[in-house]
Amino acid sequence: MYVAVKGGETAILNSYRLLAEQRRGDNRLPELSVSQIQQQLKLAVDRVMNEGSVYDPELAALAIKQASGDLIEAIFLLRAYRATLPRLGTTKPLQTDRMSLERRISATFKDLPGGQVLGPTYDYTQRLLDFTLLANGQDATADVQPPSHVLPTGIGAAVTPRVVELLNHEGLIETRPIPPGDPSPVDLTREPLRFPAVRSTRLQNLARGDEGFLLAMAYSTQRGYAHSHPFVGEVRLGQVAIEIEPEELGFAISMGDIEITECEMVNQFAGSKTEPPQFTRGYGLAFGHSERKAMAMSLVDRALRADELGEPIESPAQMQEFVLSHSDSLEASGFVQHLKLPHYVDFQSELELIRKMRAAANAKAAQPDTGVTA
Amino acid sequence: MNALNEVSLEPLSDTATDDVQANFNFAYLDERTKRMIRRSLLKAVAIPGYQVPFGSREMPLPYGWGTGGIQVTAAVIGPDDVLKIIDQGSDDTVNAVNIRRFFQRTAGVETTTHTRAATLIQTRHRIPEIPLQEGQVIVYQVPVPEPMQRLEPRETETRTLHGLAEYGLMHVKLYEDIAKYGHIATTYDYPVLVNGRYIMAPSPIPKFDNPKMHMNPALQLFGAGREKRIYAVPPYTSVESLGFEDHPFEVQRWDAACALCGATDSFLDEVITDDSGSRMHVCSDSDYCQSRQDAS
Repeated sequence: MYVAVKGGETAILNSYRLLAEQRRGDNRLPELSVSQIQQQLKLAVDRVMNEGSVYDPELAALAIKQASGDLIEAIFLLRAYRATLPRLGTTKPLQTDRMSLERRISATFKDLPGGQVLGPTYDYTQRLLDFTLLANGQDATADVQPPSHVLPTGIGAAVTPRVVELLNHEGLIETRPIPPGDPSPVDLTREPLRFPAVRSTRLQNLARGDEGFLLAMAYSTQRGYAHSHPFVGEVRLGQVAIEIEPEELGFAISMGDIEITECEMVNQFAGSKTEPPQFTRGYGLAFGHSERKAMAMSLVDRALRADELGEPIESPAQMQEFVLSHSDSLEASGFVQHLKLPHYVDFQSELELIRKMRAAANAKAAQPDTGVTA
Repeated sequence: MNALNEVSLEPLSDTATDDVQANFNFAYLDERTKRMIRRSLLKAVAIPGYQVPFGSREMPLPYGWGTGGIQVTAAVIGPDDVLKIIDQGSDDTVNAVNIRRFFQRTAGVETTTHTRAATLIQTRHRIPEIPLQEGQVIVYQVPVPEPMQRLEPRETETRTLHGLAEYGLMHVKLYEDIAKYGHIATTYDYPVLVNGRYIMAPSPIPKFDNPKMHMNPALQLFGAGREKRIYAVPPYTSVESLGFEDHPFEVQRWDAACALCGATDSFLDEVITDDSGSRMHVCSDSDYCQSRQDAS
């Protein structure tokens, strides 16, 4: 008769083996190396570094390989690895005006100091499948030489002023000076998110947030769910120097460069009782080349400032608790998928309840309605 | 059939087993993280039923699969502990197996299926049938620590309601159940009042288990990893399931007895045994069921 569900341990080990086979695919084909992923699936690597909150292209590539290309699973692997790493310090604010730019575009000015630099982008590709990639695995740019020189970053690098600074000459845009003493922001990987969250905490949450979720939230602000009139002040991509200032030294030292994408969104603001009409800013920053993420982030950042700017809070994208509590792909993925776990006990309780309620309803229906018949 | 609830506790041999203990700290978490969690636990024990925010870490298991319970267990476990892990009352469900494996690999502690032999029990959705004793610790995995979340999703609001002990919302919900159905239609995660002060989610245990929490000699700890909250019920603390004078709290009862051990006092799971929907009832607590079968 009854055969209990058993053999869980064997089943788990067998599933590991099947998973390894699935990951490897047809073993007559050469295996994909981590360095190939790192070099040739760069944009996937960048996304995993962003949401995994670690700037390490090699480990991100390893995670992608281990996860068979499931980026959320790869993010999970990287985050779990990161959780046990010590935190050594906080960097100085990034000087993104001293980035070495690979790409920089503004939608607000036709030309501006530093110029428009199109750089690498899918924006103006015509999305036609390139069958030459399929035919011989050779891509058309295979013989393009890598750049022979590396542009300097940080101190000594050429300054390309940000668009918002240009607008600020006329006082038309809000400014955000570094607060006195440059306090370290809350680290959400060490402390729980509390509400209401300040802007630096919100930005950290968005930077780790799921790209798809942020994209949908940002999109909703453009379709009437939050009053948003955004312009891309600029999007810039390039290498920026990471600097720390050890207490015993008293001056900043560079630890190296990382690639980032920065987006400054400029939004109309009609003014309030305390503030004159001016442009306000939404900010997005992401590791690597991640424009969609940085732009979505800056729209959502601006929407979340509704409270601070005295705007009515009516739409999901303006509600901190809604956005920040649901942005994390691991929290969402884990909790949605935990429904696969056994729920025999809860279900049993519900089963009993439904039977009880149906029995009560049937008993009621079976009784003659004495009030109607004479 | 006698072998039904036996579980093999031999550590599994897979390639990773050997290097895990060398590469990670005892019970996986680093000592600073454990200290942070212990501080939160102390606060939780000092204020029974109060949800203490803590810096929940990303664990190697997914959120929603017991990361809160795992972190609490990792923070309190010592090399001399004897660990029991159950899910839905059973030691052999895959998630229980997986979490037990995790602690076997990272802490190398002794594990057991026997409730009485365990010093530390991590559970999802059940409290063992065999009464817990002084000195034992039970760790609950909690998906949603806020009992009022479905009534008021904003944490800023529920925090205020707890602060003011303003629990009208919850009582109205239970009252509306009675008005609509004639009885309270909550069967699991049934809200409790702890130490006469805080309303607390007991985690999704069936309400059948609620009375076991009251004045329990064991220390009861609750970990919610995804929601980043810890709470506790110290030994011998009052835990009262909400109800009304004319509609008091009631637990589920079955007409059937366990088909394997004959128990009439345990929580029974229904098992479908054939295509035509024939059913049998068996104890959800596999250790309880097995020990009764062994004794007879």
